[in-house]
Amino acid sequence: MDSPARVSMGDAWSWQVHPDMESERRQPSFDVERLTNILDGGAENTALRRKVESVIHSDPVFSLKDNYFMSQNERYEAGVKKKFHLHMIAQRLGWSEHSREFRYAFRALTGDLALGLHHIFLKSLQSLGSEEQIAKWAPLCNEFRIIATYAQTELGHGTYLQGLETEATYDADTQEFVMHSPTLTATKWWPGDLGRSATHALVLAQLICSGARQGMHAFIVPIRSLQDHTLLPGVTAGDIGPKMDFEYTDNGFLQLDHVRIPRENMLSRFAQVLPDGTYIKLGTAQSNYLSMVVVRVSLLLDEINPLLEKACIIAIRYSVIRRQSRLRPSDPEAKVLDYQTQQHKLFPQLATAYAFHFMGTSLQEFFEESYSAILDRDFSLLPELHALSSGLKAMVSEFCTQGAELCRRACGGHGYSKLSGLPSLVSRVTASCTYEGENTAQASPGSTSKTSLPQSVAYLTAPDLAKCPARRAADFLHPELYTRAWAHVAVRLIKDSAHHLQTRLQSGADEHEAWNQTTVIHLQAAKAHCYYITVKGFAEALQKLDHEPAIQQALQRLCDLFALHGILSTAGDFLQDGFLSGAQVDMVRSAYLDLLFLIRKDAISLTDAFDFTDQCLNSALGCYDGNVYERLFYWAQKSPTNTQGNPAYQKYLRPLLQSWRSKL
Amino acid sequence: MAVTMNEDLRRERASASFNPELLTHILDGSPENTRRRREIENLILNDPDFKHEDLNFLTRSQRYEVAVRKSATLVKKIREFGISDPDEIMWFKKLHMINFVEPVGLNFSMFISTLLNQGTTAQNEKWLLPAQGLQIIGTYAQTELGHGTHLRGLETTATYDPETQEFVLNSPTVTSIKWWPGGLGKTSNHAIVLAQLYTQGKCYGLHAFIVPIREIGTHKPLPGITVGDIGPKFGYDEMDNGYLKMDHYRIPRENMLMKHAQVKPDGTYVKPVSNKLTYGTMVFIRSFLVGEAARSLAKACTIAIRYSAVRHQSEIKPGEPEPQILDFQTQQYKLFPLLATAYAFHFVGAYMKETYHRINEDIGQGDLSELPELHALTAGLKAFTSWTTNAAIEACRMACGGHGYSHCSGLPNIYVTFTPTCTFEGENTVMMLQTARFLMKSYDQVHSGKLVCGMVSYLNDLPSQRIQPQQVAVWPTVVDINSPHSLTEAYRLRAARLVEIAAKNLQTEVSHRKSKEVAWNLTSVDLVRASEAHCHYVTVKLFSEQLLKIQDKPTQAVLRNLCLLYSLYGISQKAGDFLQENILTDSQITQVHQRIKELLTVIRPDAVTLVDAFDFQDVSLGSVLGRYDGNVYENLFEWAKNSPLNKDEVHESFYKHLKPLQSKL
Repeated sequence: MDSPARVSMGDAWSWQVHPDMESERRQPSFDVERLTNILDGGAENTALRRKVESVIHSDPVFSLKDNYFMSQNERYEAGVKKKFHLHMIAQRLGWSEHSREFRYAFRALTGDLALGLHHIFLKSLQSLGSEEQIAKWAPLCNEFRIIATYAQTELGHGTYLQGLETEATYDADTQEFVMHSPTLTATKWWPGDLGRSATHALVLAQLICSGARQGMHAFIVPIRSLQDHTLLPGVTAGDIGPKMDFEYTDNGFLQLDHVRIPRENMLSRFAQVLPDGTYIKLGTAQSNYLSMVVVRVSLLLDEINPLLEKACIIAIRYSVIRRQSRLRPSDPEAKVLDYQTQQHKLFPQLATAYAFHFMGTSLQEFFEESYSAILDRDFSLLPELHALSSGLKAMVSEFCTQGAELCRRACGGHGYSKLSGLPSLVSRVTASCTYEGENTAQASPGSTSKTSLPQSVAYLTAPDLAKCPARRAADFLHPELYTRAWAHVAVRLIKDSAHHLQTRLQSGADEHEAWNQTTVIHLQAAKAHCYYITVKGFAEALQKLDHEPAIQQALQRLCDLFALHGILSTAGDFLQDGFLSGAQVDMVRSAYLDLLFLIRKDAISLTDAFDFTDQCLNSALGCYDGNVYERLFYWAQKSPTNTQGNPAYQKYLRPLLQSWRSKL
Repeated sequence: MAVTMNEDLRRERASASFNPELLTHILDGSPENTRRRREIENLILNDPDFKHEDLNFLTRSQRYEVAVRKSATLVKKIREFGISDPDEIMWFKKLHMINFVEPVGLNFSMFISTLLNQGTTAQNEKWLLPAQGLQIIGTYAQTELGHGTHLRGLETTATYDPETQEFVLNSPTVTSIKWWPGGLGKTSNHAIVLAQLYTQGKCYGLHAFIVPIREIGTHKPLPGITVGDIGPKFGYDEMDNGYLKMDHYRIPRENMLMKHAQVKPDGTYVKPVSNKLTYGTMVFIRSFLVGEAARSLAKACTIAIRYSAVRHQSEIKPGEPEPQILDFQTQQYKLFPLLATAYAFHFVGAYMKETYHRINEDIGQGDLSELPELHALTAGLKAFTSWTTNAAIEACRMACGGHGYSHCSGLPNIYVTFTPTCTFEGENTVMMLQTARFLMKSYDQVHSGKLVCGMVSYLNDLPSQRIQPQQVAVWPTVVDINSPHSLTEAYRLRAARLVEIAAKNLQTEVSHRKSKEVAWNLTSVDLVRASEAHCHYVTVKLFSEQLLKIQDKPTQAVLRNLCLLYSLYGISQKAGDFLQENILTDSQITQVHQRIKELLTVIRPDAVTLVDAFDFQDVSLGSVLGRYDGNVYENLFEWAKNSPLNKDEVHESFYKHLKPLQSKL
């Protein structure tokens, strides 16, 4: 089946595909549509996704066209409007909250919706609330009779949950919790939708009952009147001011001054406070991590990686239209994608986006398997799930951020224009490095759990090779060989870091000080472990594509590239214990450069396969038809700076220029 | 107003091992420079005409308006204060604009300097004074929608018409529209336009023309001119980067800048004497950009390190109060190598400026011999420092956690203002390849038996002519990882080897294929790597040589540690190269990793004082997190309250969208 005809936003020139783009698609080495189906998890999903996209894109309320020209206030207002409009449509068409349709609508709208935290609140309620609490609050939420947010981070405290200062003190006389922010640094800071929208917040606070501190628990706190939306007594809240992106979200602050809430508002699936103030624990202390893990896994697949995918599409498409200099004196100027240096910038990013897609899918399977067990109060998988999702979240967000920024810069000056779409992608993906757990803190649990050897670290005990057996560059194109190389280096670094810690301890260092003094090497080990997991996951996923040899071959090159690019970036780790020789690193380098050349002809097909619509990319550089320059010129002319007057001329420039005029 | 200093910062400053004032003098070049810089800064800080409003809360057009107002004030003040030295004007502007850019900036940096370099005496007489007094506002239009760094690809034409003695300027295609020039969109009424010159039916390549674009008096675009703003960008909100399309637009013959090349009234073309002369301007701008890299990174480090001393998080030992995050090894490992880099780049920038001035005197005496190497070196160093700084500012921002993402930190602005440096004035990869071309030429020269001089003289020592290159064991590779000098040697060896590898791979490709250009392309990843290694060596070398010039012992000691950290960190990041070329052994690499961690601990007590020595005023940092007094949280809260979204307690969208739709659902 051919992919559907695409029309780029109805502009006059878009009926014709740019000849430089057309030539790229003339002889694809695989069926792009079938790869799209694989990425979607089946042809029926692709069809459903496109159906949802056509609903969204045909509705003018959802247009993203003016996004780049709007102020923070306008973006917020549009975000709220779109959110409600989407829910009206969902009701009409019968899309349920957790349906694929909703997920696809989110993708088509690039998440540009207010009230995103409403959903996080619901997820937290479902993982931390009792059955009665879910029955009470979930319908209120679903019908938007309340608007809820999730308030964890404080002005002075972030990732480290135990450090949060907000208090919830139980008063047995009235059977209420007294919610209080004792200091300035205890002010809740950053939660989305808190600044202007939310009526309720799920507040994480230190529980104090019967005089004892019981650690972090979650409380539903009403903050704004359901009548007139004014702040309730004792509540101070507002917007935290301009940020790099997320302008459609009113990230907010919240101070609570002895605000009283009923006892029933503490979420009590894992812990309860009885009317007399007795505290009962029903789960491990780790159970509160569950909601973070839930959020993290969906972030990887639905939020973070698609941003890198889009950045790759824009940069690679632009690179076949942009021509610069000559490869031979007699030729016309060459497409910049034909330059080895440009391929070296972009193809590793493309390979990374594919690697994360396949790794993310398998992570989700593992997650679903563990999640139901945890809900049944079986916590045995939680440590591994927590460690794995943290480590991979750190890696994915770091790589996607660097990758998207590389794509932006690979577009030269035009990548700096918001009309390219790339600045927004970059400033959005970079937020993922610090939200839901700062990355350095995230990567570390990855290494702490390795003492217990769950499934993902079983390779630690597998027999290891002391030296890489490769003899020619071509040997490095075997997944088994490079997967073992990554396993080797991860094992060595993990052993090294354990050894360092031991040495410190034996020389009399205090346990915690010793840990702090070895965190850099632990981090290095955790990163190698995550890279290994990703290489392995990607390679295994490709083995299942035997029935699609052409696609398998194209993806195999990306998998090879991903693995080898990683080896070259950290060659020292592979050389240091002699696992790779200098000559072998040269082989890796030459295999890598050859791969760039081979991937070149598939580059456009590989980006087309992600199947993002032009509306969703919202990029003058990255449209399917390749009419880059016409679109950039046309869009720029619509900028308010051109359609509205220039008061600065009247006020300041004119007086300056006057004196010259008199001399003319 | 008396402000109490944050207790953590007070303690940090009390424990410093050196006097930051002495280090500030070194950074400024002399105590006298420091004094004068502060004097000028105070002029601005105490002048009521410069209101320092927070641009973060303004829309783009408001920001543009503020910037234009400031520029107008600036012209008056510079004259009033009698400031004429270019460095002093730069200090003045830097503080005045506070990390932001000005729409008339190109009038000074490009329009006027191009006039000076390429205009005849008569042309300067006519245009210079009005431009200096902002009576006309000029910009410099080179880049086109479809063409950038590759100048020969520009499409705009200027065709001479001898009948009327005019040039006809034309933008023949969409891709030929001038795109990006600062100040072009709304502000300027003149532009120096680069166009392909055609006369007597022949194309003579790129030349510069003064083109009036807006009518004096009304500021409306002149007939035949289409001009406007290119729309919103990542940063540079205040700047009206513009587009310009010319439709057979006529200008007098005298508007071509004719100091070097000329078109006679009858259309005869007279060639310039040397094309190397234009190198001078490029070298100057690139050396300025290296200085900018150092300054931007120094600001980012100041913010991140001060904030890390104020922020407390987690625990190192259970039961103890939350430690300063600067006490975590991972935080030190993130920030201290960047701090060392900021110092390293500062010395590179100072060296480049000095060399530029020295060589400029030579050029004045007609000696152009050093220009090619300087041109090649500045290209690579501009790319090397801007790439590193780009990533480093981001790393500083992320080291501030979530608050780094808020504009209150000042870091997003520093980043988006700096990052275009990677693409403008020559795209970085192209710059690296320019350096590589010079390195390959030097390598060939050594290969054919001639010695080379300057920074590339290490190529003279390459043993490749006499011995098999694999037998590098014969090289003097006893590296002492505690000696800056010895580490410079290690970087020198690495550069030499990577240049040689690139040269050999290039030869192999040439022998396999017909075209030299194709071979060059297929070696370009190696070539960029060689250039980077060369620039890294130059940076380490300049840093370690700087140490010898410092008299004060405590200052020298602290800079020596930074120099070691910079060098060793680079080795740990590129360990593969040093191992593969047998410059360092496996166990030395282990020692390098170990030594880096020791240095982090050694530098820790001086970290805050080391950023204090950069001597940035709070107003020029533009950051709540990086305040000198460390009172971060109180001011963060105050700052947020000014957000436009907080204007009314109940936002209008509640009545418009939330309330009506809530009832429908």
